[in-house]
Amino acid sequence: MLTYLANPARFMRWSGAMLPALGLAAVAMLAAGLYLALFVAPPDYQQGESVKIMFVHVPAAWLALFAYLVVAVASAVALVWKHPLAEIAAQAAAPLGAAFTLVCLVTGSLWGRPMWGTWWAWDARMTSVLVLFFLYLGYIALVNAFDDPGRGARAGSVLALVGVVNLPIIKFSVDWWNTLHQADSVFRMGGPTIDASMLWPLLVMAVGYLLLFKALLFVRMRTALNERKARALRLAAPARRSDAPVPGASPALR
Amino acid sequence: MRPYLGLFRHDVLLAFRQGGEIGLALGFFVLAVMLFPLGVGPEAETLRQIGAGIIWVAALLAAVLSLDRLFAADYADGGLDLLALSAMPLEGAVVAKCAAHWVTTGLPLAIISPFLALLLDLDARSMAVLALGLLLGTPALSLLGAIAAALTLGARRPGVLSSLIVLPLYLPVLIFGAGAVEAGIAGGGARPHLLLLGALSLAALPLAPLATAAALRQALD
Repeated sequence: MLTYLANPARFMRWSGAMLPALGLAAVAMLAAGLYLALFVAPPDYQQGESVKIMFVHVPAAWLALFAYLVVAVASAVALVWKHPLAEIAAQAAAPLGAAFTLVCLVTGSLWGRPMWGTWWAWDARMTSVLVLFFLYLGYIALVNAFDDPGRGARAGSVLALVGVVNLPIIKFSVDWWNTLHQADSVFRMGGPTIDASMLWPLLVMAVGYLLLFKALLFVRMRTALNERKARALRLAAPARRSDAPVPGASPALR
Repeated sequence: MRPYLGLFRHDVLLAFRQGGEIGLALGFFVLAVMLFPLGVGPEAETLRQIGAGIIWVAALLAAVLSLDRLFAADYADGGLDLLALSAMPLEGAVVAKCAAHWVTTGLPLAIISPFLALLLDLDARSMAVLALGLLLGTPALSLLGAIAAALTLGARRPGVLSSLIVLPLYLPVLIFGAGAVEAGIAGGGARPHLLLLGALSLAALPLAPLATAAALRQALD
């Protein structure tokens, strides 16, 4: 699979065929998840209706971590095998991951205000997710900081792998430090402690987020490939530019 | 061992003889600490509470500002290419250069930190914990900073970029460094925090040079 799709033209055909199905599935799952979360799932006995922020917040947090894992694995593949699509995939996934991280931080803040009485607390989970956000920003800034796009991609790959140390810190921060944020109630030893009536809408939402991430990742990768093709065509056809008038260019330069 | 010591000596001598590089970092450190009493007000009680944090933040910023000294000059004049071509492994050369960077930034900061602690009204015990924490923690700052310095070689605006990259990585050092002094003041032991600081530096010692050498190789391609 990895080698089969290494050919960009083949990837374009394959992803073009997959994309409508992925997009429709994402919309359907998100609609179903939102319906289940808002109308079917019961209100919490302590938190009331505001528990429903969870159905937006928790999958966003999962995807924020998952997207970083995608960036890191794609970067490793790019460094080790020089896979032609891996760097494109890493660069396409990073802004999506940053967006999910931002959604997670903002919804967490909105949820924290009624429940904890504060918009923000410097506890271990929140701080480490904020660090994740800055890792995404640093990666994006580094990739775009070079005149040679290849240099930026390779430097970004090394940075993405360095940043992986933050992932276990985020995952286990609520277990290692006794902080305001609650401990995991879904992925834990001995099965989830969350009730099935809330777990199912949550999982449907998570699948919807995942499909949305994949669909957007494909769109961004296809755009990046098209941009690369357009740049190559521009560079390959300098002859045509000499007889067509270039807007803004002086006659002497033509 | 000879080539590593030679490289270390070369970098330390350059820092001492090339006019005021150490002085610049120290001057920045002192000035940054001085800003806080003027900004938050000179009440001794407040300053005592946040003093350790102020000094650690200033040390972090001073370390970030001195990062471009690590590789930029060697990258510009081609010395880095010769290092990469030489028989000694690039990882080892990185360790030698980081050691020289630490001796000329982290160590002087740790030495003058008690005097700054006096300005912020910290007691003798906190002063000792602060200086010890800086001694244990600043090697990690040099080692982690080297990764960012290597990644941003040849980038546009490398200074801003490397601080954006490296400050998130510095947070654990800041947390345990300032935490050690606060735990000492609150009556708990500073020892666990200091041990964790030492652990961070020891973990960075073998791991960070691997990433730095990888970053240097891709910069020299």
